[in-house]
Formats: sequence, C-alpha cells, structure tokens
Amino acid sequence: MEITKDLFERVPKDERDLNKIVRPSLTYWQDAWRRLKMNKLAMGGLFFVIFITLVAIFGPMLSKYNYYSQDFAIQNQGPSGTHWFGTDNFGRDIFVRILYGARISLTVGYVASILNLTIGVLYGGIAGYFGGWVDNVMMRIIDILYSIPTMIYVILLMTVMGAGLKSIIIALAISYWVGMARIVRAQVLALKQQEFVLAARTLGASNTRILLRHLIPNSMGPIIVTLTLSIPSAIFTESFLSFIGLGVSAPMASWGTLTSEALQVYLIYPYQLFFPAGAICLTLFAFQLLGDGLRDALDPKMRK
Amino acid sequence: MEKLLEIKNLETSFYTHAGEVKAVRGVSFHLDKGEALGIVGESGSGKSITMMSLMRLLSDNGKIKKGELIFDGRDLAKLSEEEMQNIRGNEIGMIFQDPMTSLNPVLTIGDQLTEPLIKHRKMTKQQAFERAVKMMTLVGIPSPESRMKQYPHEFSGGMRQRVMIAMSLVCEPKLIIADEPTTALDVTIQAQILELMKDLKEKINASIILITHDLGVVADVCNRINVMYGGMIVETGSTKDIFYNPKHPYTWGLLKSIPNPNEEERERLIPIDGQPPDLIKPPVGCPFAPRCEYAMKICMTENLPVFEVGENHKAACWLNHQDAPKVEPPVGRRNL
Amino acid sequence: MDKNKALIEIKNLKKYFPIKKGLLKKTVANVKAVDDVSFTINKGETLGLVGESGCGKTTTGRTIIKLYQPTSGQIIYGGKDIAKLSEKEMAPYRRKMQMIFQDPYASLDARMTVGDIIGEAIDIHKLMTGKERTERIQYLLDRVGLNSEHANRYPHEFSGGQRQRIGIARALAVQPEFIVCDEPISALDVSIQAQVINMLEDLQNDMGLTYLFVAHDLSMVKHISNRIGVMYLGKMVELCESNELYKKPLHPYTQALLSAIPVPDPEQAAARQRIVLEGEIPSPIDPPPGCRFKGRCRYAKPICSQQEPVFKDLGGGHFVACHLY
Repeated sequence: MEITKDLFERVPKDERDLNKIVRPSLTYWQDAWRRLKMNKLAMGGLFFVIFITLVAIFGPMLSKYNYYSQDFAIQNQGPSGTHWFGTDNFGRDIFVRILYGARISLTVGYVASILNLTIGVLYGGIAGYFGGWVDNVMMRIIDILYSIPTMIYVILLMTVMGAGLKSIIIALAISYWVGMARIVRAQVLALKQQEFVLAARTLGASNTRILLRHLIPNSMGPIIVTLTLSIPSAIFTESFLSFIGLGVSAPMASWGTLTSEALQVYLIYPYQLFFPAGAICLTLFAFQLLGDGLRDALDPKMRK
Repeated sequence: MEKLLEIKNLETSFYTHAGEVKAVRGVSFHLDKGEALGIVGESGSGKSITMMSLMRLLSDNGKIKKGELIFDGRDLAKLSEEEMQNIRGNEIGMIFQDPMTSLNPVLTIGDQLTEPLIKHRKMTKQQAFERAVKMMTLVGIPSPESRMKQYPHEFSGGMRQRVMIAMSLVCEPKLIIADEPTTALDVTIQAQILELMKDLKEKINASIILITHDLGVVADVCNRINVMYGGMIVETGSTKDIFYNPKHPYTWGLLKSIPNPNEEERERLIPIDGQPPDLIKPPVGCPFAPRCEYAMKICMTENLPVFEVGENHKAACWLNHQDAPKVEPPVGRRNL
Repeated sequence: MDKNKALIEIKNLKKYFPIKKGLLKKTVANVKAVDDVSFTINKGETLGLVGESGCGKTTTGRTIIKLYQPTSGQIIYGGKDIAKLSEKEMAPYRRKMQMIFQDPYASLDARMTVGDIIGEAIDIHKLMTGKERTERIQYLLDRVGLNSEHANRYPHEFSGGQRQRIGIARALAVQPEFIVCDEPISALDVSIQAQVINMLEDLQNDMGLTYLFVAHDLSMVKHISNRIGVMYLGKMVELCESNELYKKPLHPYTQALLSAIPVPDPEQAAARQRIVLEGEIPSPIDPPPGCRFKGRCRYAKPICSQQEPVFKDLGGGHFVACHLY
C-alpha cells in the first residue's frame, strides 16, 4: 500500500451524514412474523388452521352430499372413492358430516374467543389501569365467576334457552373471558408505570386514550397468545359437551356428537370413530403449536 | 513486569437475523501482574464483549472468530467448557454492574460465598466459612458472621456490591474483572466502592481490569487505560498519557464533552456529533472517521494503523503519521 | 428576560405514598418521598435538583407536574395554585408544563411511529390536522436535529441519544413554558450527553424555557443550572446559586456529595481528600425526628436528633437546613 500526501486531505464534516440509520426498518409485527416463520412446527400449525377453516367454510358447498340425508342402501360402508371416510349407521357420508362438524366446532372456538377477547381485554384493562378499589372489586367478581364450573353455566343456560349451539357459546364466553382479563390486567399493571404512559399523561391524554392507544396495543402479544390458546380449549369443551349429550342435537353434527355416535359401534366400524377423533386431535394440536410459536415470536424478552 | 494476560487480535461476532454484528474487531492488549487496567468506551464499543469473550461467557449467537486469550500461560480460547468453569470464579473473579441480578435471591450470602471455596478449593465447610468471613471483613461489611446468614434482599445496594467484590475475591483469583461496578450506585456509594478497590490494589496487590464509560472512575483507580471505539482499541497508554497527552481525536472528544467543574460562566460543551457506528455495517477504515473533526481521505479508505506515540503509548490514528497535517490537540493538560 | 420573576412557587409540598396491608387495605405506614419542601423556580432559569436515589427528587418533579397528586402543599404556577386542580381543570396547564424522561427506551411507545409519538400532543389538544400536523412534526424533528424522513420509523431503530431527542420533540410539540427534565442524560453515553445538554441550552435561549433539571450527576447539573437544590431523604437541605454551591457548600451532605464526584483528572483525583460517607440513606418510611442526615453526619450534635433544622436563608439566597448555621 502506498501512502501519498493527497490522502491526508481533510474531509469536511457536513459531507458525512451523522444521523444515518443503516439497519432496515422492521416493525414489531414484521419482526414477530419473521421469527414465527423460522418456527417450522408453528408454521405447520398455522397452515393446518387456515386449511381446516377454509375446508369448514367451503367444503360442504362443494360436496354433493349433505349431513342429514339418510340412505339405508349404503349403511356403515368403509372408506371408498365415493365416500372418502365411509358412511355411518344411517348411510350418511362421514366426510361431509365431519366438515359440518368443523363448522360447528370452529364457530364455537372462534366466536367464544372473540367474545372473550372483547370482554376480557376491556375488563382486565380497566381493572389494571384504574387499580385501587376498582381493581379490588373487579377482581373479586372474577374470582367468584372463576369458582363456578363451566358445566353449571351450560346446564343452567340449557334449561333457560334450550340445548344448542347458542347456549354453548354463551356459556363458554361467560367462563373463558376471565382468564383473558387476568392476563390483560397483569400486563396493564406492569405497563402503566412505564415512562411512555407517564409521558402521555403529561401531554393531557385521557384515560380512554391511554388505555386504547398505549396500554392495549402494548399488551397485544400476550393477548394474541392467550386468544390462540383459548380457541382449542373452547373447541375441546364443545366436543366434550356434545359427547356427553349437552351439545347440538341430531341430525346436526359436531365432532363431539360424531365421536359419541361412533363410540357405540367402534368395535365393528373403528373408522367411524377414527376420523372425527382424528379431526379433533389434529385441530387442537395445530392450535397449540401455533400458540406456542406465537408466544415465542411475540415475547418481548426474545426481541433483540 | 510479568504479563498475566495477553489478548492477541481478538475478533468476536454476533450472528443475528439482520446479519453479522462485528462487536470486537481485532483487539490486542496485555495486563501485567499487580496492574489496574481501565477499559473505557461507550455502549457498543466492544469493551464488555471483549471481557465476555475472555471469560467465554458469550450468548449463544456470539462466537470468537479469531485470536488468542493467553492467561497465565494458557490460551483460554482453546480450553474446554469444564476447564473454563474451573477458571471462572477461581482464577478470574468477576464483578458485574448490577449486584441485585448477579446474586441468587434464594441462597444466603454465606452459601454463595462458600460454594466456590468448597467446589474449587475443596475446603471444608468450616474453613470456607472462616475464609468468607475474612473476605467480608476485608471489603468492609460490618458484623460479617451474622450477615453470612442473610439473603441478598436484606442488603442495601452498596453492601450488595461489596458482597459481589468479596465473592470475586474469595478464591484469591489472579485477575479481577469489574464490569461497570459502580454505574448502578449512587455517588457517595460509588466513592466508597472506589476507595475499596484502591485499597485492594494496595493490600493484596490485585490485578484488576476495570470496564467503565466514566473517565472519572478510571482516573482514580487505574494505572493504564485502553480507549475503545467501534470494536477496536483506538488509544492505549498510561493514565497520565490518556488524560494529559491524548493522541486520538476520540479521546479528545471524550475529554472535551465533560463540563469543566471550575467554570465561572457557562462555557458551551463540545460534544462529539453523530452516533456511534452500527457494527452490523461498520465504516471502512477508522470507525470514528464519520464523526471526526479531523477526518482525512485516508481515514475512510485504509485500515487503521497503530502508531507508537510514546513509551507504551499507542494511538490508532492517521494524524500521527509523518505526512499528516499537524493538529494542535484541543485538550490535554487542563488549567487546574 | 427577567430572571427573578417567579414562574412556579412550591410551598410546603408533601407527597406521601401509603403502604397498605391486609384485606381492607389499611394504611400501615407512609413513604415520605417528599416531605415539606419549598422553593421557587424563576422564569427562564434552570433549577437543578440533585440527590441520591430515594431522596425524592424525581417524585418532586413528578408531583410539580401533577403526575402525582400532592399529599399537601401548594404548587403556584403563574399565580394560581394548581395543587388541587382536577385532571380536567389541569388541561390548560398540560400545555404549559412538560417533561423529558430518564429512560430513552421506556419513554417512547414502541408500537407507535416517531411521527405519531410527537404528534400525540397535537392530536390530544386538537391543535392541527392533516398537512399542517405533518409539517409541524417535521419542523420539530428538524429542531432536535433529526431527519424529517425519520417520522415513519419506530423508536427501536434509533440510538439512545436520538430517542432522547424524540422525547424532547414530543415535549416541545405543545409549546410549553416549563419543562421538568428528569435525569435526561443519565442513561446516555458521555459523548452524547453533551449533545443533549447543548440542545437543551439552545432551546432555552430560543424559546425562553424554564427548566427543573433533576439529576444525580452533579458536574452536569452544575454546568446547566443557574441554581441548585440538594435533596436528602425527602427534604431540601441546601439551595443556592450553582457556582456558590460548588465553592462554598455549607451542608455537610452537600460537602460529601461534592467530594464524591469522580474527577476526570488523575493527579487531581490522587491529590484530593474524599469525604467518604459511612453507611447508606435510611429508609424514607416514617423517618425519625430531627435532622435526617444526622446518622451519617460528621458534625452531628445532640440537638440534631431532637429538633428538625429550619430551611433558612443565610443571605444572598443561600438556603440551608442545618444546625451548624
């Protein structure tokens, strides 16, 4: 290397950009998505969840069978090219019944979770933000609600509203938002002493604004994880209630009733049990994987 | 003087999604026995990562790419994890910034102080207890016997840092590394801890590496100083060289940005403009050039040279080249 | 500017945090974070407030700006006592008083763009919308030395010093008269601290701002402040002009505090005699009567544990609370 005199010429400072940012812009959600994408299992779960949701919506429309038409000529047939999952005791196509079952199970899962999201986030947010006696009273109410088993709500609601989907959804919504409220409250309690919240207060921001613009958006990570993990437990509870006969009534089918019906004949026709049980297992598994992946992707401590 | 530690051409990187962060980029220095070396630099200068590399305590995505870490005749970079465990705490003691998070809250202070003695030195419980009490006395903790039975939360911040120092001393390590030991403490407590460190230097002839961003702390305790910037050592010399005869514009900048305590009228501070480099894409040539008042063409193109500017005083700056324009340092011996 | 006209008068300000225990949340003790503090802040000046952690300096700043409701006492802002105003009545004062926070990482909402963070005050007070709002945000970014295209980026993309500038721009958005600077530089690197301090000085000169500068770093406080108040365990122990405080500290605590500052000069550091205080700050939960510093004071006399020293003017606006004087 040769060092010549002209190399020692001054370079004035204003030619250099002093506040340049070299890293590319990456928002919180982009960063979380990047991390989620690296998690193969969670992505598998996500694809399965999307797949089962699409199939539940469009599958029954595309099929030439329906869940209620009985055909005693084709009773209890094994899986074949015409009836993929075989037929049941009444000659109904099990594949289509599972698709209709998916509609019911997923509807219960999604609707109950959305209800628990809205109620839980607002309730937990208010309790955490205002604190003091407001928090005290609100949390005691939650303790009371939490101590009543879901089953009791369902049975009570059934006697008032009759058996069916609506009662199950309402019962689940009543008992499930409690968990969400607790998570949000804990988050808000931790966040409200942060300086950015104090800054908003010195700017004169109203309580509503602080809650909706600052505290809840900053709690979105745990909220989404809780939400994702509450869907499978809602689906499971619905299946369980239907299994023991507290769910939807025939000829409507949910995964729970399908399993329950198949149980009576499982020694002779095991496939009738295998398919609906498999659908429940796979769906729950997929949601769990997705939820765990989201937890890792959204955890602020992992963020660097 | 006998060399206790010699680091040769250390390079450490962290591998993140955005790319490789070159945290330490070719650092070489040594430490003599009984010496107190200060490593001064801002956050992201690589000062802590250098020491973490030495202790082999890097996080999972960090890797020592190159270099030798010769401590007491052995290259630590080549030792197995088990051999390292025997060195940490036993031959090299560490003091961290936050005494609260570096003490285990569910164990008593006594348990934490005696554990390494029983493990490394194969002492009996009684021997270990006596030695621990001696160390607590040395670092100035009153009534050490009864305090041995207490838990970390029963100690105040300053006392906890004393416990940390006692812990780092308990195995009589050959080297003590203190990473920002007073940053989390109040000024009056900081003064107590600094007095203690100076004391230790005299009483037990400890070899100390003190990592800090505070020039005031090193001025008081250290014999020699390395100034780090952008993953490199930009200047090294005796404490007096660095304060009274600095040869690197970054060192000038650091000294200038401190307010003069004797000013009568408010004198305007002279900050270093701009931000430290993002080591994911470090500037070519001198890392400080983009912020340097005296930057020349050569600074942006050529690798950083090291110039001997005095006895044991080196500066990595082209201004010290014979062809460079002469620049009067804006700092140096202050009128005090 | 008339520097002797009071903008804010603090009279006997107290802020206690109750410690509650049991099912009924009965108050069992009080943390007396700020215990009967009085001082004035003149228009256009910088008043420094120093002390160690737990001395109540941050609480004082936050109480003055009404982030905390004072337990008792008066905060007279421009002639009106705002201590007991409700949040609604405070609205006009929220535009006059602002705050710059300590932690450049925690003080900006990570989910909002820099533009929205700075624009939040404009939205809250409905000052402007649309293009006017965008231009104002760009102006403010420019004012604090950041590029205007940074408005669409998120806080985590900036370095500590840049974030602190964003915090300053946010405070300036409402065109305040008075800013509480709560340790604004203690989390920053040395070379960046001077940038922020210079910026605060420039803004003060251009806009006639008044600062309450809270910090534990005495050398920076001395540089930026016209007057300095020293706090210890919820009390103001000394208050005077900043050069005077440096040259002639009266209170034993101030003397110890000054001697504890690390000096960035090896010879001077070796030459000087430190007053090393024994022990640590006692708990502010129901502190004992008398002078609160007595346990660590070299000059403690019997009277110090019996009677609380009065905070009095020894002439020339040099206030001190100590039985020695």
